[in-house]
Amino acid sequence: MSLNRREFLGIGAAVTAGAAIAPGIRLIELVQARSLEEAASAQQRWGLLIDTNKCTRNCTACVDACFVENGIGNKGRPATDPQWIRKIETKDPSTGYTHSLPVLCQHCDYPPCVDVCPTGASMKRADGIVLVDKHICIGCRFCMMACPYKARSFVHEVITDQKAYAPRGKGTVESCTLCVHKIDRGDGTTACTEACNKGGHQAIIFGDLKDPNSEISKSLREKGGRQIRADLKLNTGIRYQGL
Amino acid sequence: MSKIQYDTIEGRSTGFLMLLGIFGAMVLAALGASYFMEHNGHYVTGMSNQIVWGTPHVFAVFLIVAASGALNVSSIGTVFGKAMYKPLSRLSNVLSLTLLTGGLMVLVLDLGRPDRIIIAMTYYNFKSIFAWNMILYNGFFVIVGIYLWTLMDHNVKGYARTAGMAAFIWRLTLTTGTGSIFGFLVAREAYDAAIMAPMFIIMSFSFGLAFYLLVLMAAYTWTGRPLGDAVVTRLKNLLGVFVASVLYFVLVYHLTNLYVTEHHGVERFILLDGGIYTQLFWIGQVIIGGIVPLLIFFTPAFGKSRAVLSLGAVLVILGGLAQMYVIIIGGQAYPLSMFPGMEVSSSFYDGVVANYTPTLAEVLLGLGGIGLALAATTFALKVLPLLPHSLADKIADPHYKAESA
Amino acid sequence: MALFRERCAQYVAIAVLFTATSVFAADTPNTLLPTINITQGEKCVEPTDVIRKEHKYFLLHQRDSTLREGVRSKKHSLKNCVNCHADPKTDSVIGEEGFCSSCHSYAAVTIDCFSCHTDKRESNAASLK
Repeated sequence: MSLNRREFLGIGAAVTAGAAIAPGIRLIELVQARSLEEAASAQQRWGLLIDTNKCTRNCTACVDACFVENGIGNKGRPATDPQWIRKIETKDPSTGYTHSLPVLCQHCDYPPCVDVCPTGASMKRADGIVLVDKHICIGCRFCMMACPYKARSFVHEVITDQKAYAPRGKGTVESCTLCVHKIDRGDGTTACTEACNKGGHQAIIFGDLKDPNSEISKSLREKGGRQIRADLKLNTGIRYQGL
Repeated sequence: MSKIQYDTIEGRSTGFLMLLGIFGAMVLAALGASYFMEHNGHYVTGMSNQIVWGTPHVFAVFLIVAASGALNVSSIGTVFGKAMYKPLSRLSNVLSLTLLTGGLMVLVLDLGRPDRIIIAMTYYNFKSIFAWNMILYNGFFVIVGIYLWTLMDHNVKGYARTAGMAAFIWRLTLTTGTGSIFGFLVAREAYDAAIMAPMFIIMSFSFGLAFYLLVLMAAYTWTGRPLGDAVVTRLKNLLGVFVASVLYFVLVYHLTNLYVTEHHGVERFILLDGGIYTQLFWIGQVIIGGIVPLLIFFTPAFGKSRAVLSLGAVLVILGGLAQMYVIIIGGQAYPLSMFPGMEVSSSFYDGVVANYTPTLAEVLLGLGGIGLALAATTFALKVLPLLPHSLADKIADPHYKAESA
Repeated sequence: MALFRERCAQYVAIAVLFTATSVFAADTPNTLLPTINITQGEKCVEPTDVIRKEHKYFLLHQRDSTLREGVRSKKHSLKNCVNCHADPKTDSVIGEEGFCSSCHSYAAVTIDCFSCHTDKRESNAASLK
């Protein structure tokens, strides 16, 4: 069939408009952006789904991105330098099978760190993000003893030149914030997810676990996902495929 | 048993001033060490993101546990009505208060933000056993203080039994809470056990009484007061029973873990190939802190020698420190089991036994706690009439029969 | 006579001690009042007499609503204060002539904020009314 110019321009405009709007539609699916004045709500629960089959041993894109985003410096003292996310290499000694995966704060629904904090500084926000309220953290490190995932780091040295959106200071405990500043800003993703996607690995999905139509929920429903140390029944917000 | 007369010690001799000087120096060193750690940040210590609680916590928890046990002597007299223990009660109360002060000083000075201690006392998360412990420690000072008052002021003597009972229950709750700090932690294989709480209670009996016996014997010897064999023998035998009980609890803890395949890794680590932790367990905790003191306390030949008995009590204390080190630091050194059965490695020391070397600052801080406790006790002996004028057998022993000439 | 001499000696000793401690004041600039340089914006988010007395309570309330509830309103946010009040030369609110530290050292009140929060204005910050 042949198109006249008008029809062609009309279809072309529609396709262009569609291509322009489509990414926007994806974004709205992923996150309902809150206004600045709105509190976090329990209607949402943020989480990550990590397909570890797509992780390779030498890739540390997520780790590097987290360090850059949150201004975490390296003092050359690995025993005391903070690490909010790290790559773990596992090997099954009986079969020789090796695997690689990133481990970070699991943002549990029943966080042991929150239970043990004497002042309540370790807290879970309404939308599921587990944070440290460093205003009242006394630096007792009991949460670090309690975390089954060794997710928390203690700040052992003076810190300067912090990022304005990621305050960090000596004598308090810190861990992955699930890029809460990006979520509240409406970015709809975390730094590690962004870096993984930008690198072409597409191993991490960020999303709302309570939204049945989100990409993360769909993937969990179709392909499943497991928790690390699931026997502890903490109902973590970080799920893994390929464990 | 004739009426007991209490008085203060004279507290003017060179020896007394030297004691205060030595203990005071220990406290000053601790304050300096704490400033050094706080000002530079904890990277100057041996503690890290892997070994989160180190030598200061070993000393602090040890002193807190001993504090609760030091009250035992007083409780046996007041709550259980044993006549021989009643004259010993005042010193017991004061020693428990001073040991707790020493332990808490170390704990607070090691915090990442010790300037926020007021926040710790005003913001409470009541699900946290740590928060409960803070309430229990502060309450301990109040209750034992009142108890001491009922023992010393004969206007309120009638309330001694009630105060003593309240203190006894409070103390058991406090030590259960201290043991539960570890017992409630699900994350680490060496903890997460209900036996931690009662084991800490029996440890408190043992360490507290060892401290008490040493302080009692030192106070009487160095002030030239008579201390009869009746008292010493009774306390020595009781300490022996407590030491044996601690060994029993340790045995049950390890036997249970050994039966459970899941825990074979951590048991092998502590009992066999954990290096310093294995040595401290067998040589420090079991032999020096357990078997040798038992031999000393229950061999009749050693019964008359105060020097040997003192050595036994000192060994109990050293063994107790070793036990705390194995529990607190050994328990953290063993890696978390996130992927059971797998070999794990990362840039964050996953899957490997963590390294820990105590630094001078940490040791000085810990020793400062002991210094504060003993300095305060020494000073208290001077300002309060805590010690009976004489604990010779004819006064102290309720079953004393005068020997025919 | 001996008592009079002893008293004199005591007073002299006290006087010497007092003047000796002024040695420690040698490096601080001798200002009687804090130096307040306000270089941006027409006015603060609150009237001057209100903000001077109450800024602590605004910040205390804001920190809880931001961190614990996720409310990110700009009016009382610390970041907003810093972005506006940072010294144009040093880009900071602390330091010798920093806006925050100038008043706080005059009043001898420790500021705890900047052990964790950055004292520097954001590079892309626009000043807000």
